[in-house]
Amino acid sequence: MSAPLLSVRDLTVQFRTDAGWLTAVEQVGFELGAQETLGIVGESGSGKSVTALSILGLHAASTTRIPTGAIAYAGQDLLKLPDRAMRRIRGGEIAMIFQDPMSSLNPVLTVADQISETLMLHQGLDRKTARNRAIGLLDMVRIADAAHRVDAYPHQLSGGMRQRVMIAIAIACRPKLLIADEPTTALDVTIQAQILDLLRELQTELGMSVILISHDLGVIAEFARRVLVMYAGRVVEAAPSRALFRQPMHPYTSGLLAAIPPLNHDVTRLSTIPGSIPDPGRRIPGCRFSPRCTEAQTECREQAPDLVSVGDDHFARCPPRLHRMRPV
Amino acid sequence: MRVLRRLLLRLGQAVPVILVVAVLAFFLMHLLPGDPAAVIAGPEAGAEAVERIRRQLGLDRSIPEQLMVWLWHLAQGDFGTSIIHNQSVLVALADRMPVTVSLTLVAFAMTIPIGIVLGVAAAKFRNTWVDAAVMFLALVGVSVPGFWIAILSVILFSVTLGWLPASGYVPLSDGIWPWLRALIQPAAMLALFQIGFLARMARSATLDVLDQDYIRTARAKGVSEWRTIAKHAFRNTLIPVVTATGIILSLLMGGSVVIEQVFALPGVGRLIVQAILTRDYPMVQGTLLALAFLFVAINLFVDIIYTWVDPRVRYG
Repeated sequence: MSAPLLSVRDLTVQFRTDAGWLTAVEQVGFELGAQETLGIVGESGSGKSVTALSILGLHAASTTRIPTGAIAYAGQDLLKLPDRAMRRIRGGEIAMIFQDPMSSLNPVLTVADQISETLMLHQGLDRKTARNRAIGLLDMVRIADAAHRVDAYPHQLSGGMRQRVMIAIAIACRPKLLIADEPTTALDVTIQAQILDLLRELQTELGMSVILISHDLGVIAEFARRVLVMYAGRVVEAAPSRALFRQPMHPYTSGLLAAIPPLNHDVTRLSTIPGSIPDPGRRIPGCRFSPRCTEAQTECREQAPDLVSVGDDHFARCPPRLHRMRPV
Repeated sequence: MRVLRRLLLRLGQAVPVILVVAVLAFFLMHLLPGDPAAVIAGPEAGAEAVERIRRQLGLDRSIPEQLMVWLWHLAQGDFGTSIIHNQSVLVALADRMPVTVSLTLVAFAMTIPIGIVLGVAAAKFRNTWVDAAVMFLALVGVSVPGFWIAILSVILFSVTLGWLPASGYVPLSDGIWPWLRALIQPAAMLALFQIGFLARMARSATLDVLDQDYIRTARAKGVSEWRTIAKHAFRNTLIPVVTATGIILSLLMGGSVVIEQVFALPGVGRLIVQAILTRDYPMVQGTLLALAFLFVAINLFVDIIYTWVDPRVRYG
């Protein structure tokens, strides 16, 4: 593989709270090549959205600090980029769509206004040209009657259509990277599939790289070639999605996989991972998943495991499983 | 079309409001102890003279009867005649109203931009000295009694420095500068409280909006910080602020009663205070009703602005 489009190294993000600085993301790293798709999966609070927002520098500066890490994009470190240069990247080179299309669009501006703004800002188009391009973009995201819908306000559109508008805004300047943060979570199932199909088609059409964030491993598996599994702010496993499904090397990944309901036979009970993600303010000695892990041993509770190579391009943070696979 | 229907509906709703105010104004006055006939006749007059005046004024009839007579006249556009000054209520109002409206509008013109700018700035620079300074000023504005700060202001700007007149009104027909010069001090004192109120309101509205997902979307599009506030946040901030604007205009009108006393401005406020003291029933009732009309008009106006600011109302 040639030089990656985006390379995140050793990223740690902390937020200021009343109880001091709280670590939301710790030493996360990954690489993403041109036109590749990376899936990031994990429960709420695992740090996947925080990681994504850090790439675009969208955290509030006054309450956030990034003590370590580098985000290399096109030969520059996004974390060190001055504000003006960063604004050119946002929406121009790297675009993002969010979870809730109901609240992510500005209620007092028309669809035309909101799409045109990106075009006028990054490509210097005048209002009229931008508006025509906006209509073209609505066509591209398969909104029927685009010439008419372009003058609608968000509240006049359905949830699925709003997410399509968000996608239209995101792809307006043909970004090299699209970050989709739970793009289908707030939508109902049939719409989910449509939006994912649309994203896949647009990715091929525009040659974008995509980072897809989801708590749903099923969605990720369908979409991404490589998967990053995050738990409590850390990457616990990273692997090509085939390998991850065939042989998960972390009990948390196994738990997520088991939680996908099978479609080919009936189940009376859905599988769950007992317990919930720890409060980020609480320090857990050893492996952070150990309190919920059925395979945890004494060493897991005492020493925090490292992310180590467990196979071809496959990394995991679980010594017991590694030992079982390759007895010392 | 929708907008027009909405306005007609609101206009229709105003009719019962005005009627209720008319009836309330009538009863409030008649609940007060005191007798206008005794005021007119003077302290020396005998019981018989007072009784004669009372009969002349129609005050000897039963209360429901008086109410019906008054409402009947109102329906014909007759606000009655002052029983103290022997002057038509409408003429007196027409005489005084420009003063109060001038005072209110100048105060309003100060309140809206200053209050909004201070509030938005405080939100933008949340938890900095700008925020602290604005909130301190707002607190002072809201908590210090208007008449007291007005007197202090007169001592400083009119007596010590001699920059502004201490009292009196100059009609607009005498030129815009003399008019404004006479009004600027009372209007500023009147606006002080509302500026504090509006600044707090605009600050919290802006903070609310800045937390919304669509603001994050704007930033993710590469929109600059200031443009985010000016274009994406401000229109949304205006929605609650416009509601407050109607209330502010009404409160300014009400507050002018006190300020007109301090600066000896011959406005509606002074008119109504004098009318109450002399138990001038038709004058008080007429003035209250005129103010009610104004409040209804203000609210109607706010409604129109609303449909412009918030598209959800326009199509809702």
